[in-house]
Amino acid sequence: MRISTRKIAKSILNSKLTMNTYQALKTALLGLRANAARSILTILGIVIGIAAIIVVVAIGDSAQSMILGQIGGLGSKTIIIEPGREPQGPSDMTAILSDSLKERDIIALKNKANVPGLKDLTPNVIVPGSVSYQSQTYRAITFGSSAFLSKVLNIQPAEGVFFGDEEIKQHARVAIIGSKVREKLFGLSTAVGENIKIKDKNFRVIGVLPPKGQVSIINVDDVVVIPYTTAQKDIMGINHYNSIMVEANNVEDLARTANDIKLTLRESHGITDPTKDDFHVMTQADIANSAKTITNLLTWLLISVAAISLVVGGIGIMNIMFVSVTERTREIGLRKALGATDNNILTQFLLEAVLLTAAGGIIGIMLGAGISYIATLILSQVVAMNWTFTFPLSAALIGIGVSTLVGLVFGLYPAYKAAHKNPIEALRYE
Amino acid sequence: MKPEQANQLKTLPPIISVKNLEKVFEDGETKTAALCDITFDIPRGQFVAVMGPSGSGKSTILHIIGLLDKQTGGSYLFDGKKVSDYSDEEIAHIRNEKLGFIFQSFNLLSRTTVLENVKLPLLYSGIKESLWDQMALKAIEQVGLSQRINYMTSKLSGGERQRVAIARALINNPQVIFADEPTGNLDSKSGQVIMEILQKLNAEKKHTIILITHETYTSELAERIIYIRDGKIESDKLIRARREANNFVK
Repeated sequence: MRISTRKIAKSILNSKLTMNTYQALKTALLGLRANAARSILTILGIVIGIAAIIVVVAIGDSAQSMILGQIGGLGSKTIIIEPGREPQGPSDMTAILSDSLKERDIIALKNKANVPGLKDLTPNVIVPGSVSYQSQTYRAITFGSSAFLSKVLNIQPAEGVFFGDEEIKQHARVAIIGSKVREKLFGLSTAVGENIKIKDKNFRVIGVLPPKGQVSIINVDDVVVIPYTTAQKDIMGINHYNSIMVEANNVEDLARTANDIKLTLRESHGITDPTKDDFHVMTQADIANSAKTITNLLTWLLISVAAISLVVGGIGIMNIMFVSVTERTREIGLRKALGATDNNILTQFLLEAVLLTAAGGIIGIMLGAGISYIATLILSQVVAMNWTFTFPLSAALIGIGVSTLVGLVFGLYPAYKAAHKNPIEALRYE
Repeated sequence: MKPEQANQLKTLPPIISVKNLEKVFEDGETKTAALCDITFDIPRGQFVAVMGPSGSGKSTILHIIGLLDKQTGGSYLFDGKKVSDYSDEEIAHIRNEKLGFIFQSFNLLSRTTVLENVKLPLLYSGIKESLWDQMALKAIEQVGLSQRINYMTSKLSGGERQRVAIARALINNPQVIFADEPTGNLDSKSGQVIMEILQKLNAEKKHTIILITHETYTSELAERIIYIRDGKIESDKLIRARREANNFVK
């Protein structure tokens, strides 16, 4: 079938005298495919950089969700009071050294006139060291508390009972143990009614908690709970508490209750300047926020490190594009002789660079997602905590955007050099 | 060419018209005058050979009238319009639509088929892509390579490659075909085939052909020879007219 010259002439007149996007993409793809092995090696830096960022973000997100989930286990109505000023950072240990929380504070806080939003509270006293039964020893988390603890942690003994106010008044030597403690010390034989030794003193086991695992910062299976009065006076020989756990009446009054607590304690301690508080009050939200801040900081730190590899990858691409432009000098001269404008050449080479980096970004995202998924599976097995994998969509979109940008930035100068090659010299190039 | 057709073309302005063309190359301190006072007109449909020894400036002339380079002095009218009035983009479009190039070393794209090579100028033409294959096949047919359209050009002989280059030069139906030493890398038989194709294109399709060569026997197939030496025109003679005159007399 003959094509009429008239039809061709009309087509020329009607259409724009430039390459359309589809043709430009096709030309760029052919250019890349011409040296496929080199193209793949070139984008390796981008692939690794993006994959690393995806892994960091995905695992960071999982870690944060997990931590926040556990903090949530404390209950949204819980307020924790600790001695010492507000910790300045994760390693601020002054709280341990302070003895500012005492019995007078308990009495003041329990007064409805002072803190109307308070429902119940319990002081806690940490007892360091291990517990033992006959020849078995276990490094349990031992502390003194009250029956209120079972309400806060939402847990009732599976065997036996919790101790009550009577035992607290009497400084009774009784203990509730967690499921792992029971398993370690007693195996399959009876635990309730037996005597365990805490700091060389006999304590009768009156209850065993069911297996529950991690609740907030405590692993319930590892605990041994005794009356706080016994812990304080009989074992530790101290006058103060390591912390006070408060339950508010409802969530809406939480902030006001926390404030009431602060005012009450200031009065009780004789403090007039709030900056000189020798205690600090935390709600679950506060704890969650500081956890978030820490995980976010770590995540950003790791992202910055991974970003360096992106810059390195970009420099690699620029290098290879320069080589490619030089290698194809004759091709550039030819295209110009056939009617390519400087812009056509610039677009062709810039598009090649962008396609390279965008492809690298996509491969990096898939690789990163795959690695993160496998990592969360392994972590769930090894660390026995509930790691969930969520595909980091925002990080993926940013990843594609960033890798495309890397292509634009690092591909521009080589493309510019290509576009400004003199066609005559280019055609003469050996 | 028949005398009536020659007269028809002569009523239109010459496709290429250069007056006092000058080209000076500057390399830092050194100035080299490559061309000096070049004047000629090329009417449409003429087959012109530009001959001269190496360094005479014939390639420089080709580059200037082929719109690959700009003169430093004098004027150049292409198709009746002053070239210096065009922007770089417009010149690129003229190269695409109105000129066709054939080079000594073929300059085909490697790792690409014959068909894709011939289609290359269409990429910058703005013509609809659906027409490309048909246009390419038509051009390939004209050089007799229809059986080779899907061959990689690296698998072709020198003569076949040059024929692909000619098809590529033809695809946009150019007004002028520039051939820079087209037989320089070919054996005499292949070279003959190429020159026959060029002569046929000129005789049947009325393409204007400008041939740069240093080979006398190649240049004698043209109808006019412009002889360049040291950047100046030494002689400018019509040949075919003489030959045809002989046939007419007989």
